[in-house]
Order: sequence, then structure tokens, then C-alpha cells
Amino acid sequence: MSIKQLSIFVENRAGRLAEITSAIAASGIDIHALSIADTTNFGILRLIVDKPDEAEKALKAAGLTVSLTDVIAIGIPNTPGGFAVAARALADASVTIEYMYAFISPEQGRAWVILRVDDNDKATVALQEHDIEILGEDKVYRL
Amino acid sequence: MPMYQPEIEGASRDYLHAIQSARLIRMVKHAYDNVPFYKKKLNEMGLTPEDIHSIEDISKLPFTVKDDLRDHYPFGLFAVPQSEIIRIHASSGTTGKPTVVGYTEHDIQVWADGAARALSAAGCTKNDLVHVSYGYGLFTGGLGLHYGAERLGATALPVSSGNTQRQVQLLQDFGSDFLCCTPSYAMFIGETVRNMGIDPQSLKVRGGLFGAEPWTDPMRRQIEQLLGIQAYDIYGLSEIAGPGVAYSCDGKDGLHVNEDYFYPEVIDPETLQPLPDGEYGELVFTCIGKEALPLIRYRTRDICALIRTPCSCGRTTIRMSKPRGRSDDMLIIRGINVFPSQVEHVLLSLGMDPNYQIIVGRSHNLDTMEVQVELGDSSFKDTIKDLEAVEKKLEHALQSTLNIHAQVHLVEPGSLPRSEGKAKRVIDNRNI
Repeated sequence: MSIKQLSIFVENRAGRLAEITSAIAASGIDIHALSIADTTNFGILRLIVDKPDEAEKALKAAGLTVSLTDVIAIGIPNTPGGFAVAARALADASVTIEYMYAFISPEQGRAWVILRVDDNDKATVALQEHDIEILGEDKVYRL
Repeated sequence: MPMYQPEIEGASRDYLHAIQSARLIRMVKHAYDNVPFYKKKLNEMGLTPEDIHSIEDISKLPFTVKDDLRDHYPFGLFAVPQSEIIRIHASSGTTGKPTVVGYTEHDIQVWADGAARALSAAGCTKNDLVHVSYGYGLFTGGLGLHYGAERLGATALPVSSGNTQRQVQLLQDFGSDFLCCTPSYAMFIGETVRNMGIDPQSLKVRGGLFGAEPWTDPMRRQIEQLLGIQAYDIYGLSEIAGPGVAYSCDGKDGLHVNEDYFYPEVIDPETLQPLPDGEYGELVFTCIGKEALPLIRYRTRDICALIRTPCSCGRTTIRMSKPRGRSDDMLIIRGINVFPSQVEHVLLSLGMDPNYQIIVGRSHNLDTMEVQVELGDSSFKDTIKDLEAVEKKLEHALQSTLNIHAQVHLVEPGSLPRSEGKAKRVIDNRNI
């Protein structure tokens, strides 16, 4: 089970992030979570938003290089070792995490994690076997 | 400095005129009889070889351009059977296909004569050791000077390019008298000599022949100072012959053209009309002394002027000014010809949009090439690892097409400058 993440190619240039997020705001898109991977010359802006398909269209129309990526969102207890259980479950199933980012859930005592892995199906099975909550599109987009 | 062939280099203008006329007549007939392309072209213009009576008639003849070579790739313009060809060289074409040039035994001797005249004009004799740091291979630089040195009876040292510390070691240990390479590489060798703590005055080398890329008189003085030598120009282009088409003398005012083999004209690149002496325009050569590839009025795209005033060295041959630019978009990077269209070709072959910009610079006296490529949706990957792989793949493909390393940087679509919808393809930051 996966959700859609918006990935945007961004050059490392002063003010570029402001321009892109302004374009997102102008389209009436709400950003729930955000992370940036960067190198010397460019970065990739990764966003969880309320309307990913509409956002993709709007940003493409604005001339940006954009794609939708299938990622897994999980809910874990916001307690020591909460994420370690999930990481261990994936490691034991030989699933590689390409990247991830986490944020506090609106639900009391919970944290949400966005995972991009090399094999979504294998990861889903492994997480389910360890009773880790996998979040559906409805829940995440409506945040 | 002495002439290698004073009977030509110092000949009377009448004698040169007679040689040129006889050779043009013979060459046009040879091309007409053996190259279908030329037969068709002359027929279309209502010309036959009988219409050519002297060198002045050259202006009746059609031009040849680089694309003609491409259209007949690889051997379609050769005027002799393959049994007569003893050497093939090739250089960059405007697309993925190289420009191919064949040489008969006679052609190799013509070329070697040209290079030997250049070496002699720089003061090289049979007692000297000639260190050749031009690349050896399909590129004409290395073998051109090599055969010239041997023709002169000097000792050729085929070091080829690269491994600069070893170059310096050999200059020191062997006591090389002359150095031949691109001017930017000469600068680099000069700096390496200093960095290795060697006094350039302790080296025996006393002269250098440099070419294959544009350079200026201030750069000549810099090289002369760095290495404690006299620096001379040597000019060539693979389609006509490698280094040895023209060369500078002690007058250092233009390059003497080996006009008994390579007849030069300068034309207006727009109207294609010949220009008077001293006016800058596009240099055109007719290979009146060559057999395998008898190119008629080949447009070099190099911009220069012809100088017919007497030269202080005593040579009577016509001179060309140092080329000061191009009438097309060809770049010369580290002595290698690069056409922006080659980069476009690579991008398209990898399924990428041809939105790119080439940035040429110079760092530590060596040319650098960067290619910025706009990243489209089809090539966009969501991880750094994959995007870096896209850059590496492009660098690899460019290297194998261009034969030089170019650093690739991905940029956002629409971020490269465009004026009136036409992209600016090249930024050359070199001050040459």
C-alpha cells in the first residue's frame, strides 16, 4: 500500500525554494510534509501534499521538472525505539531504504514516517507482519 | 632560419605561379575523372577540366564544405583506389560521424615536406631531437610532426600527450631541442617544469612549434618566457593536411602557406566572393598537390587574412594571419575540434531533450569543458544516486563522442538563457 509523493528537481540557487513554494501556494495546494536532498549543484524537493495529482499538473505547467513517486507512509509510537522496530523489520526482510523522513502525527503520541524503499510490496508485507500501521492515501492527504 | 626547400620557399612569384597553374589543371582533371561528386558538380556548372588554364581560373570552381565529407562518409570522396591509400586520419565531424581523410604515399610526403619546412623555419636541423607531445592516433598532430622531423633528418621522439611529469623528465634526460604540442599544453609543461623545481634555463630545449588551437601573441611571449625558448606557429587542419599547411618564421608576422601544395584564398563567407589581400574573411584551400583527397576550394571556416608583402625571412610564399575566429560554431578545446551539434547528437541518442549549454574555461592553462543540461521529466529520477548516474552516463557518452572529458551538470528546464527563442549554446570564458 503506497501513497503519492511529489518530487521536484531544484537547482541550488538563491531564492529558488521561495519561487517554487510560492508556485505551490498559488495553486492552492497544502503541504503536509517536506524534505530536501541536496548535492553541490542540485537538490530534490520531496513533498507530501493534499492533492498530489493537481499539484503535479500545476507545477509542470509552471515549467518545473516534477514526478510522482510511490512511497510508504507508516504510523509508529512516538516513544524510544518506536522507529527501530520498523527499521529492523525492513532490514530483516532485506528491504533497502533509499531515503525517509519523519514528522509528528496529529494523533496523540504517534509519529509518521515516509519511506522510499527498493521494493514496496516486500516492505508492505514485512511491516504488516510486525503490526506496523501503514497509512492510506485518505488519511495522509486529509491531514 | 634556413629554408628546407629554398627552391620553393624562396622561389620567384612567376615560378610559383607556373607550378600552381600546372598543378591545378592536373588536379581538377584528376578529381573530375575519379570523384563522381566533383564530376557531377562541375557538370552542373557547365564546367569541364578543359576550362581550367591557370591558377586564376580557380574562382570558376565550386566550393567544398565539411558536410560534403560527411555525406560521402567514409571514403566516398577518395580519388584513388584503396590499394593506393597508405594512411587514414579522422577528426570530429559536425554530427556523430568523423571526417575521414586518406593519404597516398605521395600525400604523406607532401605533408612531411610541409612539416619539415616548418621545423626548419624554427631553426631545427638534422642534429636536433624533436619532442612530439601532440597526441598520436587518428588526430593528425602527433604523426604530422613526427614525419616532418624524420623528413628533415632530425630525431623524432614520439612521446604523445599526457603524463606531464614524465614529459619534463624526458625533456631533461634526453636533452630535447624542440618541443611540439598545443600552446596550452606548452604552458602546462612550462608550469610543471617550475613546480618540479627545475630551472627552465637548464633544459636544452630552444624552440617549440605550437598549433591545433587558437593562441595569441601575448600567449606566445608567455610560453617563451616560461620555457626560455622561441615559440613558432604551425597550422593545419586534417581535411587538408595536419600540421604543416602553414608555419611562422622569425619574422613572426603571419604564417607562410605551403602554397605549392595548398592554394589559399580568403572569401567573404556571406557572398562567397574572394576578398583582397589584407582583408579578413574565411580561409579556403585547394589541395593542388594531393592525390587521395583532392579537395577543391575547401571552406575551412577559419577567419584570417592573406599577406603578400615581402617577409624579412626571405621566403616568398604568401602568408596568412593567425586565425582569429571561426565562421561556424566549432570550438577548439585542448586541441580537439568540438561542434555543439555533437553534444546535441549525444543528448538525443540518450533520449534526452537537446536543451544544453557548453561552458568553456581555462584552469591552470588547460581548457575545461562543462555541459549544462536541462533535466526534463522523462530523465528525472527521485533519488540523488540516480540523478548522479544520469550525469555520469552523459559524461561517458560525451567522452566517447568528443574524445575529451566534459563535466555534466543537470539544471532546471527553462533555466538556460535564450534570446529570441534561440538558445545560446556556448559560453567561452577563455581569454585568448
